[in-house]
Parts: sequence; structure tokens; C-alpha cells
Amino acid sequence: MASLSIFFQVLIVVCAVAVVFTHDLLAAVAIFGAFSFFSAIYFAILGALDVAFTEAAVGAVITTVFFVTAIFRTVRRTKR
Amino acid sequence: MRTPFGSAVLDAACRLFVPFVLIFAVYVVAHGHDSPGGGFQGGTILAAAVILIRLVHGQDAMWGLTRVGALRLACGGVAVFAGIGFLSLLFAGNYLDYGVLPLPLETVKVRVVGTLGIEVGVAMAVTGVLVLIFDALTAWGEED
Repeated sequence: MASLSIFFQVLIVVCAVAVVFTHDLLAAVAIFGAFSFFSAIYFAILGALDVAFTEAAVGAVITTVFFVTAIFRTVRRTKR
Repeated sequence: MRTPFGSAVLDAACRLFVPFVLIFAVYVVAHGHDSPGGGFQGGTILAAAVILIRLVHGQDAMWGLTRVGALRLACGGVAVFAGIGFLSLLFAGNYLDYGVLPLPLETVKVRVVGTLGIEVGVAMAVTGVLVLIFDALTAWGEED
């Protein structure tokens, strides 16, 4: 269980760093959804099932849809 | 959404998917005090179903939930929450102390009914607000 926990911690940190350094906004939103899923699984491993449920519903579904609809209204790539 | 990205595959998939999502949302709200879940999560899943239909079908599948309707749903949820709270204040209890409500049941079951009412209010408020945010994001720059 400890190695599984460390595995998901590393995945969460990698996703968070990748979101910051991605210039394509749509790809950044997709990676942010993956970040939310990994943190939901990590909360479930820690035993906080209610928090994991909320993270999976709000963070992974609703926030991703809102970000994608917001990207439709702007340009897709950030400035270098 | 003015320009939905519907196709035959997306249409079939969401027709298959949405009824189960709705049933699961109602289950999460109603069974929230015995298992993980509750009003907030159930309302979010309900809003996700409504938003999925709107993404695929656009203006054709509003389900009667316009922007004003979503605002009324959100305010109605807050009114249900506060109303049950003040109702228990009216029967000489504390705010949100559902045990004093005069229902013909045992005190434990009265508490369960009161909690269910609170959860339904929270779910209505969350669904209304999330659908309202989605409509405001997709209708940006349009005339009402």
C-alpha cells in the first residue's frame, strides 16, 4: 500500500508540473483532468472516500468541461 | 450551446448513458447518509448529465431548464435548505435541528427525513448553479 501511495504521489506531481509547462491549452486541460483523477484515486487510497468522490465528480468532469468551453472562446496556444 | 458537436455515434452513446447517470445521481442523493455521497456530489452528477446532453444536442435538448429556470432551481434549493432550518427553529429547536419536526414517526426517522430534505435542497442548488455557469460560459456575447 505504501508503494502504491508513493506511485500516485509521483504521478500527481508529474501531472502538476506538466500542466504548468504545456503551451497547448487543450492539452493542459486534459493533463489537469488526469491530475484530478490521480488525486481522486490517492484520496481513495488514504481512506477519504467522500473527498475522492467529490474530486472525481467536480475536478475531473465539471472543471474539465468548463475549461474546454472557456478555451473555445479564446486562442488555443499561449504566447512563448 | 449554439454549435453542438453531435454525431450519430455521440447521440447513441449519450442516449445509452444519460438515464443511468440520472438514476445514479438520485441514488447518491438519497443514500448519502449511509454511503459516500450526498447532496453536493449528487447535484454535481445531475448537472454533469444535463451538461452532457447540452454538449451533444445543443439548444434542442434544454429539458425546459433555461437560464432563468436554472437560477430559480438554485434559489429554490437554498430556500429548501433555509426553510427546513427555520422550520425547526419554529418548533422550539435549534437551527437545522430536525428532531423536533412534528412528523408522525420516531425521532430517528424524523432526523433521516430532515437530512434527506437538506440533501435535496443542496442538490438543487448545486445543479442550478453548475448549469447556470455552463450556460453563461457558452452563451458569452449572445443576445438573450
